[in-house]
Amino acid sequence: MGQGLGGLGVDEEALVSALGKWRHQPEKRAQLRKSFAGFFTADGGFERFEDDYIHYLKIEFARFKNIMVLWAMHPWERDARWANDVLHKAHPFDIIVEIACTRSSEELLGARIAYHALFHRSLEEDVAYHVRENFSNLLVGLVSAYRYEGDSINEEMAKSEAKTLGTAIKSAGVRNLVENGEVIRILTTRSKPHLRVTFKYYREMYGKSIEEDLGDELCLQETVQCLDSPPKYFSKVMDETLKDGADKNTKDALTRVIVSRADVDMEEIKAAYHEQYGAQLEDVIAMKTLGNYRDALLSLVGQ
Amino acid sequence: MSTLSIPVSVPSPYDDSEQLRKAFEGWGTNEGLIIAILAHRSAAQRRQIRDAYAQAYGEDILKALEKELTRHFEKAVLLWMLDPPERDAVLANEALKKWSSGNRALIEISVTRTSDEMFAVRRAYHARFKRSLEEDVAVHTSGDFRKLLVPLVSSYRYEGLEVNASLAKSEAKMLHEKINDKDYGNEEIIRILTTRSKAQLLATFNDYNNEFGHPINKDLKADPKDDFLFALRSIIRCIICPEKYFEKVIRLAINKMGTDEYALTRVITTRAEVNMKQIKEIYYKRNSVPLERAIKKDTTGDYEDFLLALIGEDA
Repeated sequence: MGQGLGGLGVDEEALVSALGKWRHQPEKRAQLRKSFAGFFTADGGFERFEDDYIHYLKIEFARFKNIMVLWAMHPWERDARWANDVLHKAHPFDIIVEIACTRSSEELLGARIAYHALFHRSLEEDVAYHVRENFSNLLVGLVSAYRYEGDSINEEMAKSEAKTLGTAIKSAGVRNLVENGEVIRILTTRSKPHLRVTFKYYREMYGKSIEEDLGDELCLQETVQCLDSPPKYFSKVMDETLKDGADKNTKDALTRVIVSRADVDMEEIKAAYHEQYGAQLEDVIAMKTLGNYRDALLSLVGQ
Repeated sequence: MSTLSIPVSVPSPYDDSEQLRKAFEGWGTNEGLIIAILAHRSAAQRRQIRDAYAQAYGEDILKALEKELTRHFEKAVLLWMLDPPERDAVLANEALKKWSSGNRALIEISVTRTSDEMFAVRRAYHARFKRSLEEDVAVHTSGDFRKLLVPLVSSYRYEGLEVNASLAKSEAKMLHEKINDKDYGNEEIIRILTTRSKAQLLATFNDYNNEFGHPINKDLKADPKDDFLFALRSIIRCIICPEKYFEKVIRLAINKMGTDEYALTRVITTRAEVNMKQIKEIYYKRNSVPLERAIKKDTTGDYEDFLLALIGEDA
């Protein structure tokens, strides 16, 4: 990696191969951060990037788009920066749902720790302050959750909550659902295993999946998808992002998803993509992207 | 500051365990010995005793204590023996199981612990109750209380000292406006009180006082019977001066007809190693009577002896 960065320009091939070799090896990347003392500072439990260097690196790696910077960054810092961007540059709020719902409880806590260190405010205070739409309570609840991660589930409770959700969906006006206290309570506090069982009962009771019944409900549909099955959700995002005519935000999702999931559930995402769209994700990426950026992505996606 | 007095040379955890085992054996229990040991060990030392006892006798010492002790003394010792995060988790769970809108144990815990301590509580809650704290709070509360308490127990406040002065001003104004409209459960009030850092809130409350001529709590006294207002005032008092807040809880616990042992035990066991010294000083200043005298008047037996030991006033 050092050779890739030293001197004039950048040895893209070496970097791309490093990306591939270091998949599933976060400790290697942590070592990298520690060894680049000039670029990173030890800051409250993780090594963060100095802002100047991020700027410098982005220019150096312009051809990679910012994949290298993001890839080397600590996951907590990545998530905190993405969340902050969303709140201050008015990117779509689903990114907040994505981060809050697809990370583990400890990873979400990590993002909140990083947010303190980077922005000197708490994540939830910024979400509460900057999101003024009616789904503000939902988002604050989602980012504040510290969900139980064990398997113990109360089946009766799951059944009863499936009913509660069904009743709310049938009776609420389209805009009101996201303000419904019980809907928010269930989605923002229950454990993921419990919710998956709840969604299963929902389908049994109402004949349709809760996702279908939520239709285009702002943020609610994403919430349910992310909680129920991140690989399915991410494969949908991949599909959107690789379509012709996707806008910039949608295209950014490609980098974001691949960098953040390479070490987590990339195989499951590829499988879900194949199942849903009948194509290999790597092939579509290879078709739609170019040059070093493409090579970097494919390296992370894995063959 | 802590009010515990720990001997200069402390026996090994195994020796302590052996002594405690002797205190349980046979008919009756040597409560004095239990107090002499446990009330004079730090949290870390108590944890070591718990481990040593389990190793030596194959039993959790808490089970033995439960068997041998009774009533308020038992409750106090059991709470005392838990690690602070687990203790807070147990207290929170109890508060929820017998939830009433006048209960403020949850508020107390959420606001007076640091952000990291609060997360340790949430972790301990997972381990002990197999659910998250916030899901239980949500299920046991409703309406405005739920809207207030779920964010309150879920917050991870920034702990730096930076203050945004213009924000403090605008949020003081916002608070005043909503309070004036008697819109106490308003989202803005809840947002500000449950998400802003303590430093930022202190600045906001100061601004409120400067701008409107009196402390914010004065404006939250419209109805003395309103438990929601009581909850809001408690949050604010816990942020402004936790020691004063605790002094009041203790004072009210022992001044009434009868004693609120639940509150007394809770405050003393959770504060003995934290800021009991300051609480005692405030108590004396306010009541012209030392705290130990008030406790002696209002409690008896082993419970009394245990509390006195925790506040550093063993006979």
